[in-house]
Amino acid sequence: MTRYIIRRLLWGLVLLVIVIALLFVMFRVLPTADPAKLRAGRLQSPKIIAEIRHTYGLDKSLPAQFWLYLKDLFLHFNLGFSFYSGAPVKELIFNRVSATLSLVIGGAIVWVVTGVGVGIVSARRAGSRLDRASMGSALVLVSAPEYWLGLIVLYLFASDIGQVRIFPGAGSYVGLTSDPVKWFTSLILPWLVVAAGTAAIYARLIRGSLIETMGEDYIRTARAKGLSERRVVLRHGLRSAINPIVTILGLDIGVLLGSSVLVETVFNIPGIGRLNYIAITHADFPIVEGTVLLAALFIIIANIVVDIAYAFLDPRVRYS
Amino acid sequence: MSEPLLRVEDLHVEFPTEDGVVHAVDGISYEVERGQTLGIVGESGSGKTVSSLTTLGLTRTQGARVSGRILFEGKDLVALPDAELRAIRGNEIAMVFQDPLSSLHPFFKVGSQLIEAVRAHQDVSKAAARARAIELLGLVGIPDPEKRVDHYPHEFSGGMRQRAMIGMALANEPKLLIADEPTTALDVTVQAQILALLERLQRELGMAIVIITHDLGVVAEMANEIAVMYAGRIVETASAEEIFAGPEHPYTWGLLKSIPRLKGRRDEALTPILGTPPSLIRRPSGCHFHPRCPYAQPDHARIDPQLQPVAGESEHHVACLLESQLRRRLWAELQQGATPEQAREALGLPPPPEQFERVASVAAGAAQGSGGTVGPAPEIGL
Repeated sequence: MTRYIIRRLLWGLVLLVIVIALLFVMFRVLPTADPAKLRAGRLQSPKIIAEIRHTYGLDKSLPAQFWLYLKDLFLHFNLGFSFYSGAPVKELIFNRVSATLSLVIGGAIVWVVTGVGVGIVSARRAGSRLDRASMGSALVLVSAPEYWLGLIVLYLFASDIGQVRIFPGAGSYVGLTSDPVKWFTSLILPWLVVAAGTAAIYARLIRGSLIETMGEDYIRTARAKGLSERRVVLRHGLRSAINPIVTILGLDIGVLLGSSVLVETVFNIPGIGRLNYIAITHADFPIVEGTVLLAALFIIIANIVVDIAYAFLDPRVRYS
Repeated sequence: MSEPLLRVEDLHVEFPTEDGVVHAVDGISYEVERGQTLGIVGESGSGKTVSSLTTLGLTRTQGARVSGRILFEGKDLVALPDAELRAIRGNEIAMVFQDPLSSLHPFFKVGSQLIEAVRAHQDVSKAAARARAIELLGLVGIPDPEKRVDHYPHEFSGGMRQRAMIGMALANEPKLLIADEPTTALDVTVQAQILALLERLQRELGMAIVIITHDLGVVAEMANEIAVMYAGRIVETASAEEIFAGPEHPYTWGLLKSIPRLKGRRDEALTPILGTPPSLIRRPSGCHFHPRCPYAQPDHARIDPQLQPVAGESEHHVACLLESQLRRRLWAELQQGATPEQAREALGLPPPPEQFERVASVAAGAAQGSGGTVGPAPEIGL
């Protein structure tokens, strides 16, 4: 087991270096705007540009630049500096991680609880009106784009512009540490929007997988033992049906941590996604590079966590 | 005579489906005495598994329509509310299934599945239940039970898994154990071990056993009584000795003649039963076996035979339209090594009307929705 984990971690590292190389090629090698000129802003004399080139090592060869970049990254976690504010990208990202984490983790709780709950009820009453209504709304939610859904809930429920003014709207986010209650209420709408589509997918997945599991021989065995139907479904059935959910849960969280751009933008939440969005509109490449790298890191970590979790969930995986 | 442990009376089990009603069990009755063994024998789809699942109420979740009575110690299990039935399930009546790999939950340790079975009916601590689980694994002959209790099903061999399943069934010392094809998924050598284990446990614990199988060889040694099922009905029932010494139903003959015997000549041909089991949605008219019976006569497609006592043997019943004397002479011919055709000719019995064979294949075709294709009945056997 330990060897398995170490092997997965090493592979993750290799993958990360490949991603870094790709990013380097994309932002430094391929012809884009000259970073030194962007950094220089309005004071563009050849002398200043040459100075900037020298300070940031842009006059060195590309392999040397890549080596420097890697060294900075792995030894000092240095992600470079914003072209515009000159602030370290590391700091910019670090200040925004908590907002994104709040949004994604809270959203994940909402979508797992509702998705799994609705899925179980639908599976146990497959074909009923309740089942058809749930699966119908699931289809609508899966199809609805996040930004559209975000605008709709703001229009309906936001305390400033809504038809029924019950929840704080866009731009109301405050940190957990400064005001927990406000933090919670300001995130209710974003959580719902982030969770909607994914919850719908999970509900359909759990429904299908539970219906299949309930036909297994070991479910018959569990019933033959004289267990209550509740225990048969929630312990024996769900234990098997939940596996595919764990797989995609890790990946969904990983992906969303790196790219909750739309929801953060619609609700004006100062997270990584919004930072990235602003950086893209200003061609602030170091920030884009940093956030994309962070997204890749989240996805790689999520993959490793999923693989390890799977080994714990399915004892048959551990030994093969 | 005292009340038997289990008495099934005129049990019907039907499943409504889109294609029509499946008559899985069609009015069967049998009894199991305390400490005795009943063997229920038949091909796949003869209703033997459904009837025993119904005993435990396990067909309720599948939308089955059940009528008749299943009296267990005087309580009618058909009419019992779910909660009361659950208290009997796995406690007084336990069941062992065919495939031990798919019947054990792959994600739970064998021990925890046994502990769950114990704690489902006994209010004991986890530690006590665990001790009982280890004891049970030892009882069913699993070596090193203290270690094995923490293993997962996939770490057990097929025979060990079935032993663990049996151990789980014995968790609450049931009065009745239903074993549904307990050896079918196992190697031949392991089959014998499992049957020997069941016999030993029956002696030690004094429980009654209903063993369900398609293999008469399996029940030959174990069963006191044997019921032969065909198309949802019991077509012959007698003590094990009588079934083997003087079988009365052509279907039973077919089952017996398709078992290879060590005593027979090496070149003796096995005689398969022709055709396939009938659709339980559109069953053949008259005697359900007539399309496959080598001795069927024209009116057998019309008259529905009832289970009747065999002359001179009070415990032997058969549902067959052939004359009693004729049946005995046919069986005598078959025992001499004659094929069904030879036996028929020797006794001057006309062959079955030609359309009977077609009925068999049409019924099979209709079940697959292909309509009335006419062709020779397919052959099954070895």
